[in-house]
Amino acid sequence: MATLSEKVLTEAEQNSKAAVAETGTSTGTGTGTGPTEPVRQATPSTPVLSVRDVRISDQAAGDEIVHGVSFTLTPGKAVGIVGESGSGKTLTCRATLGILPAHFEVTAGSIEIDGLDISGLSSAQWTALRGATISAVFQDPASYLNPSIRVGAQIAEVLRVKKGLKRRAARGEAIDLLRAVHLRDPELVYSQYTYELSGGMLQRVLIAAAIAADPRILIADEATTALDVTVQAEILDLLADLRERTGLALVLVSHDLAVVAQLCDEVLVMRQGEVVEQGPTHEVLHNPRHEYTRLLIAEHEQYGLDKFLAVEPAKPVDAVHAVDAIEEDA
Amino acid sequence: MSTDRPSREPAGTAGTVLEVTDLEVHYGLRRRRRRALHDVSLSVASGETVGIIGETGSGKSTLARAALGLVRASAGSIVIDGEEVGAYGHRQWRALRRRGVIQYVFQDPLRSLDPDVTVEASLAEPLLIQGVSRQEAATRVRAFLDRVRLDADLLDRLPGELSGGQRQRVAVARALVTEPRLVILDEPVSALDSANRVQILQILKELRADGVALVFISHDLGSVAGVADRIAVLYQGELVEVGATADVINQPQHPYTRLLVRSAPTLHSAAADRAERQALRALLHA
Repeated sequence: MATLSEKVLTEAEQNSKAAVAETGTSTGTGTGTGPTEPVRQATPSTPVLSVRDVRISDQAAGDEIVHGVSFTLTPGKAVGIVGESGSGKTLTCRATLGILPAHFEVTAGSIEIDGLDISGLSSAQWTALRGATISAVFQDPASYLNPSIRVGAQIAEVLRVKKGLKRRAARGEAIDLLRAVHLRDPELVYSQYTYELSGGMLQRVLIAAAIAADPRILIADEATTALDVTVQAEILDLLADLRERTGLALVLVSHDLAVVAQLCDEVLVMRQGEVVEQGPTHEVLHNPRHEYTRLLIAEHEQYGLDKFLAVEPAKPVDAVHAVDAIEEDA
Repeated sequence: MSTDRPSREPAGTAGTVLEVTDLEVHYGLRRRRRRALHDVSLSVASGETVGIIGETGSGKSTLARAALGLVRASAGSIVIDGEEVGAYGHRQWRALRRRGVIQYVFQDPLRSLDPDVTVEASLAEPLLIQGVSRQEAATRVRAFLDRVRLDADLLDRLPGELSGGQRQRVAVARALVTEPRLVILDEPVSALDSANRVQILQILKELRADGVALVFISHDLGSVAGVADRIAVLYQGELVEVGATADVINQPQHPYTRLLVRSAPTLHSAAADRAERQALRALLHA
């Protein structure tokens, strides 16, 4: 049974490879980073993900929760979504992955992954898309891994199912992936269980699993939130590295504007289901228009390291007044 | 920005509220015995805020727990408000805590507040334990609400009926209502969103005028930088760097401190930071 599905998948994989070869636009990234590096159709202008005025409603309560989100991702681009819990940033991600919770539905707008409108996809089509084209990592990595199976085998499983690799080849490639996410002793980590690894290591294991089938889009939803800052920086550096090396497009979701600012070309600031500000990162940081964005910036400029490091003097923002104004507004 | 500097000279002897000298803490027995803190010396003066920064397992929470009498030091001394407490037994610690001289705030207010006790009763309790009359306790609780920007209508609520930010403000209020000399805060803003984080930091900043000594523990240098007068960096159970906040951030000495500074998310980061982080990690793991 396993061999049959493996065979089918192998054929499917070969077909898709042939399809890629046929289009003939692949230039390769050519930095020689090992066997996991995919060959891409490098047409930077073609979006891999288009989200157009997406609205999401809770059908049970009859409320609209997300009131229109739009953004476009081209290969190698990174878009950041900033907002507190309940702002709708996670729902937007889940809609993009086709995993909205029960009762929630996209009621208006459209989402296209690699030119394919996702609204009418069957579950088989979703299965083909997830992992191979779009992938995701979330907060709390331990809850996405099986505690009684060695972590390496869980990455190898993705390779066996999605790429149709045989057991031994899958193991070899899983170890390569663990090395690619900068785990120091990949062979050892392969044979370890979740309880033997730290939070930062587990998140790297999950990133390895998420990129195993060479997706074009990776969604990282609060993926560094529970980690120590030094480990957070390591994970963000890893994502930046993957993006440069493989042209992976990123959607980075965080409650911290600074985390998003590290990596993203474009930022969306969300509050209560509304995109209150959107634009190139540099623009948003230097000319914030919305009060809430100004508060997010003030947090860093008045209470964070930026207070000491900022080259230009911070614009004085009365933080308490801003908080009050926003809370009255809520 | 002269208000950012402490009005009193830090350290010295007269204004010192917490003095930790050559502290050692071990966990486990015999062959499983592990050293959690080694040779830690630190003093915190009245009106001063000291940030203790370290990663998971660095010993920062152990240091807090030792100063609260929750773990026993295997060597060294701890002096709180002139009293040598290092050798105190359970009873003596309890008596000290009951006097309300030392208080603490932890990361998760939902776990530190009794879910069945109203905000008002929760805030009055430490005063009642001190022997303050019910009436006076009620007056003092109400007078205190303004300081932590809590509305009087929240007094009848249970912790479960408050937002995360409100809950943490209740936890801070509860720690401060006895007018303690020393407050230890372990990751007090890590679980909060920006608006509430800024509010708590602002409240902590205002406290300095009362002469309370604050120890602010966090893994994130960024969350402490805005309120701390001095920063102490713990790495693998040892204090590797102590200094004025601006100095530690602008001229970090130890490689781990440099990595911390370069790792804290900032709005204006340079691409060069990535290469530097890479080099520092290699250096630390060598």
